[in-house]
Amino acid sequence: MGKAAFDEIMGASSADGARPELRELCRWLADTPDGELRRRQQSAETTFRQLGITFAVYGESDAGERIIPFDIVPRVFLADEWARLSEGLIQRVEAINAFLVDIYGEQKILRDGVLPPDLILGNAQFRPEIAGIRPPHDVWAHICGIDLVRTGPDDFFVLEDNARTPSGVSYMLENREAMVRLCPELFAKFRVAAVDSYPDRLLETMRSVAPRGCGGKPTCVVLTPGHYNSAYYEHSFLADSMGVELVEAADLVVDDDVVYMRTIEGRVRVDVIYRRVDDDYLDPLVFRADSMLGVPGLIAAYAAGNVAILNAPGNGIADDKAIYSYMPEIVKYYSGSDARLPNVETYRCREPQALKYVLDHLGELVVKLVDGSGGYGMLVGPTASSAEIERFRAALIAVPERYIAQPTLALSTVPTLVEQGVAPRHVDFRPFVLTGAKGVQVVPGGLTRVALREGSLVVNSSQGGGTKDSFVLMDEPRGMTQTMSGAGGTMTQTLGPGQG
Amino acid sequence: MRLTIDHRTTYRFTAPQGRVVQLLRMTPRNTHDQTVAAWNINIDCDARLREHRDGFGNITTMLYAEGPLSGIEISVSGEVVTSSSSGVLHGTFEPLPAALYLRSTPATHAEPALAAFAQAEVEGRARIAALHALNTALHRRFEVVDGRPEPGLAVTAAFARDTATARDLAQMFVAAARAAAFPARYVTGYCDILAGGRATPHGWAEAWVEGLGWVGFDPTLGCSPEAHHVRVAVALDAAGCSPVAGSRLGEGRECLDVEVQVSGQD
Repeated sequence: MGKAAFDEIMGASSADGARPELRELCRWLADTPDGELRRRQQSAETTFRQLGITFAVYGESDAGERIIPFDIVPRVFLADEWARLSEGLIQRVEAINAFLVDIYGEQKILRDGVLPPDLILGNAQFRPEIAGIRPPHDVWAHICGIDLVRTGPDDFFVLEDNARTPSGVSYMLENREAMVRLCPELFAKFRVAAVDSYPDRLLETMRSVAPRGCGGKPTCVVLTPGHYNSAYYEHSFLADSMGVELVEAADLVVDDDVVYMRTIEGRVRVDVIYRRVDDDYLDPLVFRADSMLGVPGLIAAYAAGNVAILNAPGNGIADDKAIYSYMPEIVKYYSGSDARLPNVETYRCREPQALKYVLDHLGELVVKLVDGSGGYGMLVGPTASSAEIERFRAALIAVPERYIAQPTLALSTVPTLVEQGVAPRHVDFRPFVLTGAKGVQVVPGGLTRVALREGSLVVNSSQGGGTKDSFVLMDEPRGMTQTMSGAGGTMTQTLGPGQG
Repeated sequence: MRLTIDHRTTYRFTAPQGRVVQLLRMTPRNTHDQTVAAWNINIDCDARLREHRDGFGNITTMLYAEGPLSGIEISVSGEVVTSSSSGVLHGTFEPLPAALYLRSTPATHAEPALAAFAQAEVEGRARIAALHALNTALHRRFEVVDGRPEPGLAVTAAFARDTATARDLAQMFVAAARAAAFPARYVTGYCDILAGGRATPHGWAEAWVEGLGWVGFDPTLGCSPEAHHVRVAVALDAAGCSPVAGSRLGEGRECLDVEVQVSGQD
């Protein structure tokens, strides 16, 4: 893409040799024969296939279930990079929570004229049905998967705030397990922050937001749409690792505004639900009368303060693409200071000036549907054919309000094992941020996605993307506790909110 | 006026149900022109009721009943004292900004024909006069029919017909008013001057007029609600404020029977 991308291992340009802190990794790459790397990679993929970590590609009826390709070369964040990134993530997620409290409550941000009211009130993601409900402890966005791209050592940009049901954390955990098994020497060379405490941290987050007065030990469950869902592996994996029940809607019943789970010993009261089900299918009495799915009465139990739902219903208004371009203002409004993590510059095609600019520069821009996800309905100008560009031009002129556009960034790369050997490939990053009653924490790792095709900026698994392990290095001597951690990363394009 | 209301909703099931959970929007709130003197919801079986408030400000009641149930009957009775303010509402509970009600729903999405109809009526008229003109035009255009409205009939299909139920007229008004940039919403409630003593709850509309506030419009009657209407619930469309949203656990079909009696005394 014109100028050379920042390589996270090799530095600004591979001619200079590796970044000083990562020379060891570079040496490891040079010393390990490609055949050996390939053997280890295949071993990891075999394990993933046996575990059933697969996904279905939409629009490929014959494809069945595939595994997401795994790359054996890790991506590495230095301790200080990570610390700075974490501060930005915490600020962002605190602002998202404050925004949700406000927008479903007093709506001060609208009265103060910070956002155009129709952006919220006319947005289908703002759910009037649940306005006025206060979730236990006022926490809305318990689990966020903030998608980032990187262009330099400290230059991170937020692509999307996934505040509904972000998926991918099982890859973070499984990738690490594979790396520890297949490349133990790397963990001897580097002090890598552990990620395997994620299920404990998630459970602790769930327990912390249990309704007051549930007494003693709250009962937590994971609610899945079922085994046909493409992220079902992750749902069962998380329930398993936390030691809580994995339930479907039919296993839950609401009586007298209290949620119970049916068990062979009778009904057991449920206090906290980590749901991986979309809002529309939570409660047919409130959201979709035409749906037989869901738990009738669940929203009433929630409104009565008798159950916590993670993430809170209605969160879609916080990570909607139409809201995204206002996030810098939102962060500033609630935190009182400028956003530490910037957005990617975004042209709102609903605005005539922006539309004109976009139409004049289609060949340089990435154009996305406001309500699209998963890399579908997207134009990557620099790599698109002229026919594709013309198709998008027509669509933009017809319904400009459905689109936003962003410049293509010189996304960072990480050495990646491809057919020809090890070569730089563009990456993005999804760290996981947990918010409980006691505050916000960033898990020291995350999901790195890599665009396996040379030059490609599209990392979506449905579009030929793979994953890598993401190391966060620790400053302190091994064994010291980390107070704050996170993950930083790089990468490209879009990842849909509410995936999985 | 003093309006006495009797509203009975009966579900009969062809097979016994394990349990029934329903969300009822059947309780009116007080406003400046509407005082609820007495109100009761009675269920003909052992059921637990819990009162809530929804996002639109409506009072809702959750009903939980354990089976086996061959049917369930919900009897609402009450007395409401009303006064007239020419359709202008005062003292309603409004948790959401009026601009929310500019949003359309699948049932109230105004296709070109209805939007053009709305435009022709409001063109060149002052705001409140424009809405009255729209209300009158809708009232004149359709022959009002009794009976239960067709489930899921959207305004576009309804507008193409010669006859309309109260629900369809009110939803068309809501869609047309929004097309002309007025926030508008659907209202369910009761009315004692309907021709033929309709055996269902009534439905009409409210539109927001800057400087005046919410104003009621009843296209079935072709006028604004006076002291003959009792407001119960509002939402973006009829489905959003239907008196009962229900779910049941069990096989078989359900038969619904609704009976409404409203009588008014000066």
